[in-house]
Amino acid sequence: MIRHLTLSAAAALALTASPVLAAEVETEIEDYAFSFEGPFGSYDQNQLQRGLKIYTEICSACHGLELVAFRNLHDEGGPGLPEDQMRAYAEQYEVFDQALFDGEGDFRPATPADKFPGSALSNAPDLSLMAKARAGFSGPYGTGLAQLFQGMGGAEYIASLMTGYHEEPECALEMDPPMDGFYNAAFASGGFPETCIDDHGHHMVPGSWIAMSQPLWGEDVDFDDGHSNSLEHEAEDIAAFLMWTAEPKLVARKQAGLTGVLFLAVLSVLLYLTNKKLWAPHKHKDE
Amino acid sequence: MGGIPHDHYEPKSGGEKWLHKRLPILGLAYDTLMIPTPKNLNWMWIWGIVLAFTLILQIVTGIVLVMHYTPHVDMAFNSVEHIMRNVNGGHMIRYFHMNGASLFFVAVYAHMFRGLYYGSYKAPREVTWIIGMLMYLVMMGTAFMGYVLPWGQMSFHGTAVITGLFGAIPFVGESIQTWLLGASAVGQPALNRFFSLHYLLPFVLLGLTMVHIWAFHTTGNNNPTGVEVRRTSKEDAAKDTLPFWPYFVIKDLFALAVILVVFMAIVGFMPNYLGHPDNYIPANPLATPSHIVPEWYFLPFYAILRAFTADVWVVQIVNFLSFGIIDAKFFGVLAMFGAIAVMALAPWLDTSRVRSGRYRPMFKWWFALLVVDFIVLMWVGARPAEFPYDWISLIASAYWFAYFLVILPLLGVIEKPLPQPATIEDDFNAHYPAKTDGKSSATPAE
Repeated sequence: MIRHLTLSAAAALALTASPVLAAEVETEIEDYAFSFEGPFGSYDQNQLQRGLKIYTEICSACHGLELVAFRNLHDEGGPGLPEDQMRAYAEQYEVFDQALFDGEGDFRPATPADKFPGSALSNAPDLSLMAKARAGFSGPYGTGLAQLFQGMGGAEYIASLMTGYHEEPECALEMDPPMDGFYNAAFASGGFPETCIDDHGHHMVPGSWIAMSQPLWGEDVDFDDGHSNSLEHEAEDIAAFLMWTAEPKLVARKQAGLTGVLFLAVLSVLLYLTNKKLWAPHKHKDE
Repeated sequence: MGGIPHDHYEPKSGGEKWLHKRLPILGLAYDTLMIPTPKNLNWMWIWGIVLAFTLILQIVTGIVLVMHYTPHVDMAFNSVEHIMRNVNGGHMIRYFHMNGASLFFVAVYAHMFRGLYYGSYKAPREVTWIIGMLMYLVMMGTAFMGYVLPWGQMSFHGTAVITGLFGAIPFVGESIQTWLLGASAVGQPALNRFFSLHYLLPFVLLGLTMVHIWAFHTTGNNNPTGVEVRRTSKEDAAKDTLPFWPYFVIKDLFALAVILVVFMAIVGFMPNYLGHPDNYIPANPLATPSHIVPEWYFLPFYAILRAFTADVWVVQIVNFLSFGIIDAKFFGVLAMFGAIAVMALAPWLDTSRVRSGRYRPMFKWWFALLVVDFIVLMWVGARPAEFPYDWISLIASAYWFAYFLVILPLLGVIEKPLPQPATIEDDFNAHYPAKTDGKSSATPAE
């Protein structure tokens, strides 16, 4: 019944002028320069390995990665763990196997063919596709031009979310009871205190209140390669890693795209010349 | 086949003669390929081949996708991700198919507006136009049902909204909606039947394509002047035309290759630009996305659907006159389908005896405004339904109807057309004068 009600509500709301389509919430998304951007961009293997470490030590406490298989960590264009390391990494996880113990099932260490577990917390979304399920950039005015030039900004969104936790703005302190969750300048779809909305209905501060407490503070993880573990760097690393989990074939795709574009461009030139020669006697008759 | 006089297929070898007596299939292929085509066709006449190519692309990639896809509410989303991650080349095939839909609509809109400007819908090509409109409807249905299959958030809630439109029909609406969905809400029955129809309809489209081509091969192509090919004799016809092969095949393939460069760049470098991020979230009936937005190609008609709210006086009058049967919601649905219906009726609404917009000084401006109007509708369809967008969409919707229902009928009466060239040959030679002036240009007319 609840399901049905939600549906009719969705239909009704979309068909009438309604708060569902209210103005966008302003957020602060920083345009990071990731290595995988642009037609020639590819993942930075070291960065993905650092991101994997952050995921393993921090994010995985609550969030799953259920579309990614452990074997993918060894794939080309990804974190590129050597096979023995990838196997060792998989074995840290226990998975339930229905085939064991005479069909009653039992836990065993994960193998490369197994996938990462799902989220440990029911309200923590799976992170496999997060970098494609969010857009950091939009507009201006719904034209989509920003995304044309800056990209969808999924990874930027994640990095900005990690660094977007700030002290509650003053206007929110007047709220009684206080707001649930944590103020984040990059988060658009959370709760927002009435005391921070001015007389014209505009939000006085960017972002909204998110249920997740600040996961990264800087110096949470030590990297073997001695790379900086400041909050900013950690945020970029986890964002890059999640971009890879969302789009593991990005490098192969861009290579195919480039090959295709070059091939078709050459084909276009050849067809242009063929066409020109073909039509020449009809267009430029000698009289 | 009737139409323009030209040389028909003559079987030469013994084998050909043997086959021709039993099944004149080579003759059909020959006459189709060698059809006399007005030699002044410009670059707006290339969209047909782009559309044919895209249909084949969608069918081929679609057949491969079906080999790996599972139409089940619990598995559909993950099976698409399986294609993206584990199937060899699956990510490319899926992105081709996904962006192929956009290429399809870019081409079909260009094709339709070409027809509207050059009067391709006018007698004797009304049947071609009507079949084209049917194809457009089938295309929209196919695209809509295809978007449901990945079973993401937009798939699910978009389906709820669009099938909800049928629910707005008075008295029988809810029954129709239930019949379409196979249940009272979007779920497994809907996914299964949409999958079935999404596989079927492209082949219907293929059949309609053949009828579409048959129809305009019977009447002959329109051309930028709108002047008919001379049919008085084979020699006269030959002065106005060139055979489709090789002249137009090569020209069209060149245009197709250029378009595919752009298409390939989008697939390779920004495959999700035209999509919506929310569709990478698995469908969740309990969480409605904050913005339910259809794909870009539906936006103009979505804008018309939303434009007629209960506070618009036309809606109020209709509501009053129909004793409340036609409320704002149903009015919006009628307007949306009406917007396509008036386009289909263009052959009978346009009273001008001059076919091509090139020789219609006033029409030109109204047509340009219609193109702008279409783009504005597309833009405003994705904007929130609030001031000033509600007003913009209302005015833009009104112009859409005014163009077809008022401007087209009136212009034919009040407009003084410019002189048209006597023959296609004259037009062609005016563009490409004899070599004496030494000018050379690689582009065909215009």
